[in-house]
Amino acid sequence: MAEYDVTGETHKEQESPAKVVQEKKDPLQEDHRSKQFADLDRVIGRYSRERGQLIRILQKAQEIFGYLPEEVQAYIAEKIDIPVSEVNGVVTFYSLFATEPKGKYTLNICMGTACYVKGAQTLMNALKEELKIDEGETTPDGVFTIKSTRCVGACGLAPILVANEDVHGKISPGEIKKIIQTCRKGESVDNKKH
Amino acid sequence: MIIKSIEDLKEVKEKYEPLIKQRLGHRNGLGLTQILVCSGTACHSSESREVRLELEQELARRGLEEQTRVVKTGCFGFCEYGPIVMVHPGEIFYCQVRPGDVRELVEKHLIGGQVLERLLYHNDSTGKRTQTIEDIHFFQAQRRIVLRNCGVINPEEIGEYIARDGYFALADVVLHKNREEVIEMIKKSGLRGRGGAGFPTGRKWELTAAQDIRPKYVVCNADEGDPGAFMDRSILEGDPHSVLEAMTVAGYCIGANQGFIYVRAEYPIAVERLELAIEQAREAGLLGKGLFGTDFDFDLSLRFGAGAFVCGEETALLHSVMGQRGEPRPRPPYPAQEGLWGKPTLINNVETFANITVVLREGWEWYQGQGTSTSKGSKVFSLAGKIYNTGLIEVPMGTTLRTIIFDIGGGIPGNRQFKAVQTGGPSGGCIPAKYLDLPIDYESLKETGSMMGSGGMIVMDEGDCMVDIARFYLEFSQDESCGRCTPCRVGTKRLLEILIRITEGQGEMEDLEMLEELSYDIRDASLCGLGQTAPNPVLSTLRYFRNEYVTHVRDKRCPAGVCKALLHYTVDEEKCIACGLCAKACAAQAITGAPKQPYRIDPEKCTRCAACVAKCPRQAIQKGIRKDVADLGGEAGIYAGAGDTENRATL
Repeated sequence: MAEYDVTGETHKEQESPAKVVQEKKDPLQEDHRSKQFADLDRVIGRYSRERGQLIRILQKAQEIFGYLPEEVQAYIAEKIDIPVSEVNGVVTFYSLFATEPKGKYTLNICMGTACYVKGAQTLMNALKEELKIDEGETTPDGVFTIKSTRCVGACGLAPILVANEDVHGKISPGEIKKIIQTCRKGESVDNKKH
Repeated sequence: MIIKSIEDLKEVKEKYEPLIKQRLGHRNGLGLTQILVCSGTACHSSESREVRLELEQELARRGLEEQTRVVKTGCFGFCEYGPIVMVHPGEIFYCQVRPGDVRELVEKHLIGGQVLERLLYHNDSTGKRTQTIEDIHFFQAQRRIVLRNCGVINPEEIGEYIARDGYFALADVVLHKNREEVIEMIKKSGLRGRGGAGFPTGRKWELTAAQDIRPKYVVCNADEGDPGAFMDRSILEGDPHSVLEAMTVAGYCIGANQGFIYVRAEYPIAVERLELAIEQAREAGLLGKGLFGTDFDFDLSLRFGAGAFVCGEETALLHSVMGQRGEPRPRPPYPAQEGLWGKPTLINNVETFANITVVLREGWEWYQGQGTSTSKGSKVFSLAGKIYNTGLIEVPMGTTLRTIIFDIGGGIPGNRQFKAVQTGGPSGGCIPAKYLDLPIDYESLKETGSMMGSGGMIVMDEGDCMVDIARFYLEFSQDESCGRCTPCRVGTKRLLEILIRITEGQGEMEDLEMLEELSYDIRDASLCGLGQTAPNPVLSTLRYFRNEYVTHVRDKRCPAGVCKALLHYTVDEEKCIACGLCAKACAAQAITGAPKQPYRIDPEKCTRCAACVAKCPRQAIQKGIRKDVADLGGEAGIYAGAGDTENRATL
């Protein structure tokens, strides 16, 4: 944990003071954060022994943090002793890595050819219209992110929408509303739990 | 149990063989009912997992778990009708089984001993339901050689693979053969790489084996990035050990002790099965140190793609395996000379490796007799798009497109006309109806301006606009271009801009020549396969569907009714009941009207979102193909940058 404190602090200096204060104010969040970094340490420990496992480490880090902020990239670079520019180069090259936080639900429309010829573009338009955001953006409430993906390989079910892990096949623009509503319901249930 | 000899393999085979034999139609009095549930990605997405769990619960509830076994299998290929459930003995083939059907299925079939008619495959052309897999034409018309285990064995059980003669070839090679002999066999078989370019596999092995540098590596390219292609995924999900076995053989032949499988992270089920398969092979002593008691060591490790199409290109893939940005580099040196960490590396694709086990098992003489004079063996294709039987098929090389699309694929739904079939993904082209009777192999597809690619086939009908399809692929290639070389980075962008202009009704006739000229430049000057083949969709559509381009440019019409800017919506005044729902739905306030009078759409304001069409209770709003050219001024085709030849110098 000592190392984390070091990198964490150097990074905090670059951040706006307001954010630092906010982070300090919430002990619960702080606790969650250090648990995340502890998880990341385990991942790095497991994979850094093998050569060429940077992509794997980044994938696992994204699973832990939800996205790859600068702070995490710098931390990984330091730990496996490579320049942070190299880590950033890899992060920005591959489309699976995100440097911005994503919504709770990522709605992915498959834009593979099979889905495209079966009307994926119309679905995408309907989805953008419904959520009033563009592709790659997140709704202001942080619930939904719209993305397009290249072929999930379930072309028999075209056109396809993937909501987080759930694959919805053969959907029509009308069904998009239903899927969004189901997600929203899940969201409100979660809120009540808290 | 550690397997050290062919005798050990035989022992495992004997144990599992009765199960497999029953699945292949033998009535061997096993006293056991086996229920196979497809667990490929497509069936998984339509709740096959829930069906399986429900089956297990229902069987336990009725005390049938002793004499019944529920088995996971790989893809049957009949993805349109998933989830697939097959019951043995009897080979009864049930389609589209939902979790809610399980109780009835157990009651009627397993307890009542009767076939549940309702879930059998319904042949729309004969109007009859068929009971067994043998009666379904889709399967009858195929020859499954590489896919022979998919839908038969449980991919998560190494014993079942061994019962299908798996790992016998590896044992034979390691114990009895020298490497030159094996490479010679592969060469004589005539096997060519299934990843797209069709390089002779034996030659590649020979080149890597000839290098005098150690260590060497074997890499399996499982980065199936073509949109609409899922052959490799299905092999990995349905028969992962066949790839493991072939990679180990390759390691033995070229003198490598370490292999990597580079697989897309978007294929979670394939990743899971591979991890399990590697673990089981290690436990059985089929991977690791001293295979079959010899001094040959070989182990495998997985590497994951992170969503970059260019990583299917071999030099880019190597960078990605090493954890770097997946950018290609010039060749030579070829990976066979300088690959991973500068060492000789053999790269083959999943289907190629799956073919290796076939060659070794059946012998090169047999393999050489399959297919056409230049392309041997069979090819797996994934059929998708406007076709009845979407799914995975395997046919001998030299089968005609007509057989694949109209016989096996069942033709085009909705009485629509066939327009083109796209092969080879973003690197391939669109093949028109006049080539339907062409026997397909590497060469013939290339002559049509397309390519074999990895085997994706997307069927298109008259409702698809070929200019829009070209734009779609260019958008893909432009987005996936890694940016390393200028012809690809800038060229694809310019191509895309021109195509967008044409689909928006702003194109000019000179644009067509510009498209061609630019395409040839990109093809000739790009660094890697992505750029060199990126213009193929444009060139092939220009070659076969030039009229469609001309109609877009000259008449500002999209004959297929796809390009939005070239459409117009009108209200059929006779059908309109003046309910006003369309006007309410219109976000652009382009629809006006008054009570008891037909509504009107202002074409100037209309954004062609079609929201009104969905709302109209009388289907009174029609999509039309725009005929008026008058509203487009003479300046409409003028645009900034990359215009004519002298401007191009500034790029």
